[in-house]
Amino acid sequence: MTSVADWAEPNPVTENRSGVIGKGVDRYEGALKVSGTAPYAYDTVAPSPPAIGVLVTASIPRGRVTSVDVAAAEAAPGVQLVWSHLNAPKQAPRGARANPRSQRASNPALASDRVEYFGQTIAFVVADTFENARAAADLVKVEYAPEPAVVDFLASFDQATLPPDEEDVHIGDFPGAYGAAPVTIDETYFSPLQNHVQMEPCATVAWWEGDKVTVHTSIQMVKGGQHALAETLAIPSTDVHLLTRYIGGGFGGKGQPYDDLILSALAARALGRPVKVAYTRQQMFHGTIHRPAVSMRVRLGAEPNGRLTAFAVEAVTHCARAATFTEHAANFSRNLYAAPNRLTGHRLVRMDLPHAGPMRAPGEAPGMLSLECAMDELAEKLGLDPIELRIRNEPDIDPETGKPFSIRQLVRCMTEGAQRFGWERRNPVPGQVRDGRWMVGMGMAAAIRGNFLLPAKAGVRIDADGTITLRQGMTDIGTGTYTILAQITAETMGVPLSQVKVEIGDSDFPPAPGSGGQFGAATAGSAAFEAGMNLRRALTELAVGDPNSPLYGGPAEYVTFENGVIAIENRSETLAALVARAAPDGVYVEGSIAPAADARDYSQHTYGAHFAEVGVNMVTGEVRMRKMFGVFAAGRILNAKTAKSQITGGMIWGVGTALTESNAVDPRFGSFVAQDMAEYLAPVHADIVDLDAMFLDEADDKANPMGIKGVGELGIAGAGAAIANAIYNATGVRLRDYPMTPDKVLAGLMAKGL
Amino acid sequence: MRTTITVNGTAQTLDVDPRTTLLDALREHLGLTGSKKGCDHGQCGACTVLVNGVRINSCLSILAMHDGDQVTTIEGLGQPGALHPVQQAFLERDALQCGYCTPGQICSTVGMLQEAADGWASRETADLTAGISLTDAEIRERMSGNICRCSAYPQILAAIRDLAGEPA
Ligand code: FES
Ligand code: FES
Repeated sequence: MTSVADWAEPNPVTENRSGVIGKGVDRYEGALKVSGTAPYAYDTVAPSPPAIGVLVTASIPRGRVTSVDVAAAEAAPGVQLVWSHLNAPKQAPRGARANPRSQRASNPALASDRVEYFGQTIAFVVADTFENARAAADLVKVEYAPEPAVVDFLASFDQATLPPDEEDVHIGDFPGAYGAAPVTIDETYFSPLQNHVQMEPCATVAWWEGDKVTVHTSIQMVKGGQHALAETLAIPSTDVHLLTRYIGGGFGGKGQPYDDLILSALAARALGRPVKVAYTRQQMFHGTIHRPAVSMRVRLGAEPNGRLTAFAVEAVTHCARAATFTEHAANFSRNLYAAPNRLTGHRLVRMDLPHAGPMRAPGEAPGMLSLECAMDELAEKLGLDPIELRIRNEPDIDPETGKPFSIRQLVRCMTEGAQRFGWERRNPVPGQVRDGRWMVGMGMAAAIRGNFLLPAKAGVRIDADGTITLRQGMTDIGTGTYTILAQITAETMGVPLSQVKVEIGDSDFPPAPGSGGQFGAATAGSAAFEAGMNLRRALTELAVGDPNSPLYGGPAEYVTFENGVIAIENRSETLAALVARAAPDGVYVEGSIAPAADARDYSQHTYGAHFAEVGVNMVTGEVRMRKMFGVFAAGRILNAKTAKSQITGGMIWGVGTALTESNAVDPRFGSFVAQDMAEYLAPVHADIVDLDAMFLDEADDKANPMGIKGVGELGIAGAGAAIANAIYNATGVRLRDYPMTPDKVLAGLMAKGL
Repeated sequence: MRTTITVNGTAQTLDVDPRTTLLDALREHLGLTGSKKGCDHGQCGACTVLVNGVRINSCLSILAMHDGDQVTTIEGLGQPGALHPVQQAFLERDALQCGYCTPGQICSTVGMLQEAADGWASRETADLTAGISLTDAEIRERMSGNICRCSAYPQILAAIRDLAGEPA
């Protein structure tokens, strides 16, 4: 097994001779995307014209379907089939895993008469056109026997239990230390249910050739989707060819298969023709996962000098009754600030709502909204600058595990950010700065997000014309995967970017875990790097063993790869010449990465600091961001341009979290009140003013051979809290209930007599 | 129902279900899948195309309403190797991530720049008698009908700024 010590050795990527690593090169697939020629799942051209499927969904949160009247739908023009649980094809039972190596279990659609949440698929209509299918779907008449449902989170805390296989973490004596602390904070913060609202609704096009099904779908995990479909249909996974080449946003919400995948495959088999199915925007809200609401109690006890002595973060959240997902909103706090006496943990309420699941920075995104405000509140109580308070509680080692940090530049993020943002302009006394009707204030927050490396493979081939093609069952959900894989391959092989092709999103390719948990670049990229290193070895062997090569006889250890040329000092030839002569069919090798045996001996995270300036309208209570700046430390940056896009995108999610984004549950139906993009308020262009970010120089040699880490989720962690703290600084009104909409702000202003 | 429209310079006669939206006509019947469906309700802008030079949400418009109209889609603006200046600016500024809102953003930008040049006012226009000065606030306001969930807004602004030049 490898050790992190092996990763500290110099290699082509860390040496970066051609300088392509880190460079802000244009997105690999960018020209296709800006010209509308990148085929997303639903754009796929099937071998013959597809029929169109439309989902019919439940209008109660819990109960049974007692009757489904499909007569009118079946008789409607163009209709080819109408399914409910009464006549849907047999599928493997939910959770079944015929192949123990399958990454996902069976996930049948229309499996029974049970309704477990509002918006669950209860019928399915396929017709020759979208117009006919949609009209027929409206004709399906469903009757229910409703059962009592638990849908009100805040009223159900008495049902909260410990999540499965989880205990609270106690270190030292929290109650004793908290009781003895001279300065304390005890506040509860609430972050609401949120939806991913990826621009591309989930969609699949499916067709069969004999026993094999091909599906073009929108999913973040290639193998997960392939295995789920195979298990559900009870066929070998080798009979499922899953492609997901361009994905219109994922953010965690497309980490799993949905009914479009299963039903399009089943219907295509039943009808003997391609079938495509897309969720409507409204169906996406209930039919796919969401981020659950979280209530977080934070208790801090400190000495007058700001040193924390007692520290507790306790989160209550919810998930679907039959599920086990936990929003681990307290986890991040275990690694952030030093304090000898600690308590952290979670409670879970099971509810009859659609499924909760991971959404961009699960845990950190809602969790940091609490602690990073509580630290602001404590700083004010102590008369300390919020940055200074955090510096005084900066740990030397991981405060919970006692492990060394691989690298930790949180303090530098804060000090560098303060300087660039102009933090010294902030008046520490709240409510002092006016700009006409606007009260102006500044706030900051820290950011932390874990870093992960998962096992992955990649394949790379060189053809006789010198083209190098990287292949991987990986996905690009807008994160820049195509681009960074091309950069890594080019630098590893010492060839110009124009000589590299990247092919991903295909279950036939060597598997990678997909996009999620900001592990994508490190995981898929490291496998690509290892594949490249193996290709270097193969080509070295080829050259030194070929009497017709100028490199014949070696020595192999002096071989270099640069500018498309393989050389030993002044003996050289192009890679194309070598391969064309010595291996005219090309050379293909694979490579793989796995976590180092000692990787977990280090506490490993990405860090950052957010700075925000807001204006609060004294008359309307409206909050407008005026400026936001973030500084981040996230390992070696592979592409300055795409990494920055990722991080600023995350920060903007934080702005939405603080100011506009939430969904409420209608207690009558267990449905979400916001079911479209006019009601669910993701930030629009006019909401985002003067927002920028930078990365600190960093290489984390404990992370992987390239010293890189993830950036996709770090940007949202803490961002909303910086805005909340700025609102307080502007107004003196401390809100703890996200998002901070005008009604709440106005009530706070009025309570203060403003 | 027969409708004749000119799409990207080519006259097309379609005989389709009268319920067909312009967006579905382009995507399903003409194979022009560059225009995207994000909401089908006029809320996201992913389906933005230019009709007689004016940007509209094609999902909110029935094909039959466009008999005789000139439609330009993202495919008609430019293709790889010969990108339209707006497409090129989006590429260089990384004004896209997943790319799903991007065709709509780009068509919207083309329409918006023309609207500004023609003196159309927006909520941000202080003086209705002077010509339009495309300040950052004007651009943000005028582009707010195109949601980008990846939140490429700073990069989209930079791309449009490259094209619009500095405000007067
Ligand atoms: S698809 Fe037309 S505005 Fe969203
Ligand atoms: S680039 Fe993904 S929604 Fe805009």
